[in-house]
Amino acid sequence: MQVTVNINGADVTRDVEPRTLLVHFIRDAGLTGTHWGCDTSNCGACVVLMDGKPLKSCTALAVMCAGHEIRTVEALEVDGRLDPIQQGFHECHALHCGFCTPGMLMTARALLDENPDPSEHEIRTAISGQICRCTGYKNIVAAVRWAAEHQEVPR
Amino acid sequence: MQTPAPFDYERATSVEGAIAALARLGSDARIIAGGHSLLPMMKLRLASPSHLIDINDLEELAYIREEGHELAIGALTRHVDLLESDLLAAAFPAFRDAEQVIADPVVRNRGTIGGSLCQADAAEDLSAVCAAAKARVVIRGTDGERTVAMSDFHVGPWTTAVGDGEMLTEVRLPLRRGAGSAHEKVERRAGDWAIASACAAVWLDGNTIAEAGLALGSVGPTTIEPARAEEALRGHTPSDELFAQAAQIASEDCAPIADGRGPADYKRHLAGVLTKRALRRAAARALQQEA
Repeated sequence: MQVTVNINGADVTRDVEPRTLLVHFIRDAGLTGTHWGCDTSNCGACVVLMDGKPLKSCTALAVMCAGHEIRTVEALEVDGRLDPIQQGFHECHALHCGFCTPGMLMTARALLDENPDPSEHEIRTAISGQICRCTGYKNIVAAVRWAAEHQEVPR
Repeated sequence: MQTPAPFDYERATSVEGAIAALARLGSDARIIAGGHSLLPMMKLRLASPSHLIDINDLEELAYIREEGHELAIGALTRHVDLLESDLLAAAFPAFRDAEQVIADPVVRNRGTIGGSLCQADAAEDLSAVCAAAKARVVIRGTDGERTVAMSDFHVGPWTTAVGDGEMLTEVRLPLRRGAGSAHEKVERRAGDWAIASACAAVWLDGNTIAEAGLALGSVGPTTIEPARAEEALRGHTPSDELFAQAAQIASEDCAPIADGRGPADYKRHLAGVLTKRALRRAAARALQQEA
């Protein structure tokens, strides 16, 4: 069936089966920044924003997202300028293998949009549905704090 | 790669339309809301519906409001909204206790109370909370509505009283004076299913427990409602001795099995400890003496 999902401001229309998961719809559209991880809604590598809220895209059908606005990690950088959360990950060495990074970035972006000055506890709660298999949580939390303190970085 | 088996999809534009589709398509059709229980089941082929009817557009099913002597919760109300509702937390703080430990914040953005209850998983937290709170659920079909007590809703593992051509539309909680409730859970890691959980609700009349509700998760084929333990509480004054006695009965009346989450005797012990803790906190809240 024809499914149209708005991804990063552009309508993407593809002919897919109803059972197509959002993560595959996004990746097959060429946006491979969203990672396909555990497939069981445990790891959070596939997190994107739907209408501004984090969503595990392995556990949503693409057809269910028609009519909604999806944002992926590719939307964070604008005209060569990194989002403060991306800059924070850079400054604080918050990625090692990088597999969890897109999901971590999107969840952190949504957290900061809702709560610009989160405590360490609030950050850890927000990312509690995401797994960094390199166990680099300390630097990830530091990166989110860095971004909170540098929100003035031009977007 | 995990992908559900093929199915047909339609998006409901009204509750009546969703019910008409269920009636037309028969027992192989399923409602999908958050999808965070159903889609994993479909990936594992534990469920293979031929049709999915998406009710996410039915905003009229997403609400928490007071109606007379009851609190009404629409089936499409999401975990995040249950967690953040001050109205719900004031009447039944056990909901907030549970919502803080149900899966993780990202999953809670999507999952719904209707889906959680209809999944009928014995380890699921809201089933225990709704059972202890003496909730009733509203089931709607082509011939109108019927109301079912939580104690009659889960008829077996992963099986509910919702029939063909019917859907759960609402959860109703009794609002009575002197209420206190609490949910306790022990899990292996953040966001996991419970090794064991216990929810307690008490309704005090002066210094006496007029009514009590207990429900245990993950220690039986369905949510366990230890009626003998509830009976032991009724008409008595809250005390640690009374709670220990009720907890002992609850521990005897559950039916855990050994699995990856632990041996049966450990789970049975845990069920008792959590029952006692939940009762203590529920009573303190009812007396507004929570530490």
